[in-house]
Amino acid sequence: MQLVGIVLAALLGPIVLAAVIAAVMVWLSSQVPSAASLPVPKAAAGPSVEKVILTSALVRGLGAQIVGTVVGIGIVVGIRVMLGLPPFGYEPAAVVGAFVGAIFFIVGTGAVTDWFKWALGEETPEQHEEKTNLPVWAKYINVSLDHKVIGIQYTLTAIVLMGIAGGFAMAFRTQLAQSQLKLILPDMFNTLVGLHGMVMIASILIGVAGLMNYLVPLLVGATDMAFPRLNAFSYWITVPGALILVSSIFLGGFNTGWTAYPPLSARAPLGMQMFFIGVWLVGWSSILGGLNLIVTAVRMRVSGMTPFKMPIFVWSSLATALIMLTATQLIGLSFQMVSFQRLFGMGFFDPGKGGNPILFEHLFWFYSHPAVYIFVLPGLGIISELLPVFVRKPLFGYKWVAMSSFGIALVGFLVWAHHMFTSGMDEYLRVPFMYSTLLVAVPTGVKFFSWVGTMWQGKLEFPTPMLFVLGGIVVFLIGGLSGPPNGTVATDLYLHDTYWIVGHFHATMFGGFVFPFFAAVYYWFPKATGRKLSETLGKLHFWLMMPAFWVQSLGQMGVGLLGMRRRIYTYDPALGIDTLQLFITIAGFVIFISVLIFVYNLFHSLKHGEVAVGNVWRSRSPEWQLASPVPAHNYDRPFRVIGEPYDYGAEPATVYVDLNPGPLGPEAPSSMPSGMVPAPAGK
Amino acid sequence: MKHFVIVAILVAISTLLVKAGLNVARLLPVEASAQAVPIDRLFGVHMWLISFLFSLIVVFMLYSIVVFRRKPGETGEGKHVEGNTKLEVFWTIVPLVTVLVVATMGADALKQTLAVDPQAMIVKVTARQWSWSFEYPDYNVTSTSLYLPVNKQILLQMQSEDVIHGFWVPEFRVKQDVLPGTTKELRVTPTVIGQYKVRCSVLCGTSHALMEQPVVVQSEADFQAWIAAQQNIANASPADRGKKWAAENGCAACHSVDGSRIVGPTWKGLYGSVVQFEDGTTATADDAYLKAFILNPNAKQVKGYALNIMPANFRDKLTDDQINDIIEYIKSLK
Repeated sequence: MQLVGIVLAALLGPIVLAAVIAAVMVWLSSQVPSAASLPVPKAAAGPSVEKVILTSALVRGLGAQIVGTVVGIGIVVGIRVMLGLPPFGYEPAAVVGAFVGAIFFIVGTGAVTDWFKWALGEETPEQHEEKTNLPVWAKYINVSLDHKVIGIQYTLTAIVLMGIAGGFAMAFRTQLAQSQLKLILPDMFNTLVGLHGMVMIASILIGVAGLMNYLVPLLVGATDMAFPRLNAFSYWITVPGALILVSSIFLGGFNTGWTAYPPLSARAPLGMQMFFIGVWLVGWSSILGGLNLIVTAVRMRVSGMTPFKMPIFVWSSLATALIMLTATQLIGLSFQMVSFQRLFGMGFFDPGKGGNPILFEHLFWFYSHPAVYIFVLPGLGIISELLPVFVRKPLFGYKWVAMSSFGIALVGFLVWAHHMFTSGMDEYLRVPFMYSTLLVAVPTGVKFFSWVGTMWQGKLEFPTPMLFVLGGIVVFLIGGLSGPPNGTVATDLYLHDTYWIVGHFHATMFGGFVFPFFAAVYYWFPKATGRKLSETLGKLHFWLMMPAFWVQSLGQMGVGLLGMRRRIYTYDPALGIDTLQLFITIAGFVIFISVLIFVYNLFHSLKHGEVAVGNVWRSRSPEWQLASPVPAHNYDRPFRVIGEPYDYGAEPATVYVDLNPGPLGPEAPSSMPSGMVPAPAGK
Repeated sequence: MKHFVIVAILVAISTLLVKAGLNVARLLPVEASAQAVPIDRLFGVHMWLISFLFSLIVVFMLYSIVVFRRKPGETGEGKHVEGNTKLEVFWTIVPLVTVLVVATMGADALKQTLAVDPQAMIVKVTARQWSWSFEYPDYNVTSTSLYLPVNKQILLQMQSEDVIHGFWVPEFRVKQDVLPGTTKELRVTPTVIGQYKVRCSVLCGTSHALMEQPVVVQSEADFQAWIAAQQNIANASPADRGKKWAAENGCAACHSVDGSRIVGPTWKGLYGSVVQFEDGTTATADDAYLKAFILNPNAKQVKGYALNIMPANFRDKLTDDQINDIIEYIKSLK
């Protein structure tokens, strides 16, 4: 009888679920206005701030998510009643509720409305017209197809998540400031370190997407990304993902760290499932965003921009996007398998059922190692992009730097098991993975030497973006140099799972992402807003963050070498590391404060920053030949590439792009670059 | 190219200074195993590389920042150099060769740590949330502290009862994850007499941080004396034996003896006390109650504590005599 019930539920369940979702979505799509259908109002006065917020896509989505969560829980209750089980199965209800909630969120925002209309055979306008009666900030909490808006949405979300993850770190670093403190209970501590890790990772993925989405179309001369609606979807799916991820703290947390190894993750509290689902959703953003970027960079460059005439950031973005597109599936898969082990008793990683926990580690790290190159390749591209501007000298060995990003991305797929040297995996795997791991140093070295080559005999200037570029180089250097001891297996037997590793990856993350991210924001803020960020506050941000980060880094590596393990809520006073730990904690607080100064600078400069509508950095790059803020559709017409991107210091001076090509300009309209021709509806 | 000469000298000086600094700083704990020797030697090589490469890049950068900065009022751009193919090839090939050399040194160091002594003494290590226990099959002895004779290779055969743990004694350097359902091996040859700690290196749940136990390296004579004392345990009182079984089966990880609450209720004053359950009923913690509870911990939920944390497999792991000994021990904790 139970078997029949299960089969019926297995067949009926998805059908019922799909039918309910389809019905609700069709209804919702008829309710959610696509922007173009709204009448342009005649009156000048706009709606109140409350009304703007309450009618925004963000709030609509959140409301829909609440409804969807209840619907999802209800579906599980319904099925369980049909099966004769006790109605409230806590975990299945929460999992289905979270998923359906996320689906309702994305529908509620209106991000998928155009696609539904197409499915129903309706036409939609190619571009959504801007509503002129709303305040300027309203478009950032609504669905926009403009890559510049989406890029800023991504960037602001990244900063918010960085703050949340940073807050978690403040909490647990306080607990670690002295040995044997009892400020935070161990289960909460374990959840906080795990969430610090994953929310920071989400912040970096989202920040990377922000940089790539804002910049790449501008750099290649396109009016937008290849697939604007996919772009909007890729942004908006991160919001429910992040919410569900952070909700884990309220649903029992999880005590596994961000790596979620089974068997521990198979028996962790409910928060573990929320962690899995949140990551799964953010992963979609990565995969689809990567696809969008590749098509844009490959197909939508202005004619004349051959590969070796692209700005270097496009090279880094391409290499990054290739990893995003192809590797992310593995973390989704490995988490899904643990989730099914919990929900359905499948024994993938359970030795009692013939499974093997080491299999999880292989699947997980197959993504999570290439992931770190997603984190750093864009930032290293930012460094390569900005150095020539502030050194007034060509990027040394541009072609080699371009290829080095691809070299890193390729080799990065071949090294994952260096995270598993002590795992008990097959012995013969250790030495080959050591060789491949150390090999990454070669293309990475090319970048460092090229940066030095660029600076050498330049004419260096030091506005805030340059400070963060130089800081990024030095910090990434420390991070990178602390890598080879982890790569040679014998020394890794000591270092693995100690705070040395924590020091290594914080240095590489700060050097490869955090510092370049700030450099990019200080650099392109005038382009996006027409105002400069305060130089004084910017320098204060840097001169607080840089020394503090050194103290933190060297402190972490030091206590790790002395025997401090990872992921412990308290430590043995006999290790003699109390003073170092206090320094690390204080350093962390200083870094957090410096970021608060940055956020203040961001909002203060929007209104009071020095007006800067021209080419404030005297850059050769195409976007700086436009006025600031960037016009709605970027370039009026495709520009012509008439020189090299980094030909600074040439005598006589040369130009890279001509935004107003004359009669001998680009070819006839029929063969215009696809970025300029309004494409037929259906993209 | 006077700039190059100056920088080269500065790089050399900086390398030596950084390496000297690394030498002076107390970086690693005492080197207390034969396996630690090739590892520490390899660390030395890495520290030289780090000192040199750090100096190379940072000295060039700082020099450029000082010497090639734009002075106030200065116009003009930097020197128009696009690249140098010979240099690119050089700084691709040289790092490639260096990487291959270091990797080969790494493989060699690993091989040395894995050297097998066929006469190694076997110790079986069991890990569980959140304690270790050690068994010496040659001597029929069990213990919660890892006693080892100096200068003899020990073959640790390790398995977990639940989740992944990690065996690590920092002074021995080598580390090995401990898995459920399969035995993993680690060879250590302690070389310095002293007291150390084994520290669980893989996050294994709530009390992972506290999963540390003593490692005592002794002379062969002292070790044999310890073995003899352990083998006489059968002559000890039931309460003393019970204390040993309780320690070796992880009870102490959750039940304190001093009145504090760790994960489960304290054993101090437990015997004879009145236990309250979540469903409102009560019971007296006498011999029958304690025995039933140890055999079936999830039958009833004690007020204020969660179910399904105390392992339910003691009926398989402990003999009847051992359980009685443990109850005697609990009785002794007033």
